[in-house]
Amino acid sequence: MDKKNKAKVVVVTSGKGGVGKTTSTAALGAALALEGQKVVVVDFDIGLRNLDLMMGAERRVIYDLINVIQGTANLSQALIRDKRLENLYLLAASQTRDKNALTDKGVAKIMDELRTRFDWIICDSPAGIERGAVLAMKHSDIAIIIANPEISSVRDSDRIIGLLDAKTLRAKNGQEVEKHLLITRFDTERAGSGEMLEVDDVSDILSIPMLGVVPESRQVLSASNLGSPITLSDPASAPAKAYMDAARRLCGQDIPLIVPAGKKPFFANWFGGRAA
Amino acid sequence: MSFLSFFRQKKTAPVAKERLHLLLAHERVSTGRSELIGRMRQDIVAVIAHHVGIEKEEVRVKINRRDSVFTLKIDMEVS
Ligand SMILES: Nc1ncnc2c1ncn2[C@@H]1O[C@H](COP(=O)(O)OP(=O)(O)OP(=O)(O)O)[C@@H](O)[C@H]1O
Ligand SMILES: [Mg+2]
Repeated sequence: MDKKNKAKVVVVTSGKGGVGKTTSTAALGAALALEGQKVVVVDFDIGLRNLDLMMGAERRVIYDLINVIQGTANLSQALIRDKRLENLYLLAASQTRDKNALTDKGVAKIMDELRTRFDWIICDSPAGIERGAVLAMKHSDIAIIIANPEISSVRDSDRIIGLLDAKTLRAKNGQEVEKHLLITRFDTERAGSGEMLEVDDVSDILSIPMLGVVPESRQVLSASNLGSPITLSDPASAPAKAYMDAARRLCGQDIPLIVPAGKKPFFANWFGGRAA
Repeated sequence: MSFLSFFRQKKTAPVAKERLHLLLAHERVSTGRSELIGRMRQDIVAVIAHHVGIEKEEVRVKINRRDSVFTLKIDMEVS
């Protein structure tokens, strides 16, 4: 099998904003690189780029996606190699306000070229269901749908799944994009008290299999302060472990999924609260 | 809210789940990606083809919603 066939294009998408797409792109990208894979993380959030910050590479961005599309730079010039892992790269988004600079043709050309150079191409989608989100998913073989266990996030995920089945190249060729659900910001306390949707219910409602459950944790914020994917800066933390496991599942390893147990609110049992 | 009722709060997640089930069923129909339509189409074609000749590709099944009323529209030519 030649290299071109082996490469996998993954879109990290959600519909709803602020659920953890960029955090997850950085964490999973680094996790796959730790597994020995050659990885590039690509920021599709034109105008609102953030992936460079999460990767700690913001001061090293000279050329970006749009420069490559417009021919101001070639791909090799725009690819930023990570300082910690030599098989991890970043392709930054542009700060331009002209979103039309991201053309269909330009994206197709870049994706083709990246496929020849990397094992994994991970695309951080902008929020929403507009053109930017559609372009980010267009070339994907695999979609990681990021959802929080909360009603509006699940609804938006369902819309995104609809787009994946309609607007991707795979859908147009009668194939399917492989879909995985990654629940993030899972709050063990609220889960214990029955206030939060159960992760299995979310997976059932959306009819897609679970890739992982990442707990809500202050360590995620610390990692972003440091400009490091959490899987690199704090590999022993609960969220990093969840991301590592998710990355291994993506590589086809069979790793049992343990949903973080819901903690009962303190004293709940004493007063007959049915928190279990 | 009394001290005790704080700990006896009703679980709200099952309500959210129920609402999502209903909502997504409706939204999938209105965005035209309900499996339901595909399955019904197959069954309808089978029944009608049993009695009269039809061009199977030419059968169109549509569900519309106006307020809370759903209508099912089937378009085909029989020979
Ligand atoms: N597991 C977590 N625990 C705590 N905070 C988290 C977790 N995951 C993400 N966050 C925080 O949530 C915020 C939004 O995360 P992020 O930027 O990754 O979301 P996004 O989906 O990319 O947002 P946007 O739609 O704006 O691109 C950030 O402040 C991030 O630190
Ligand atoms: Mg983001």
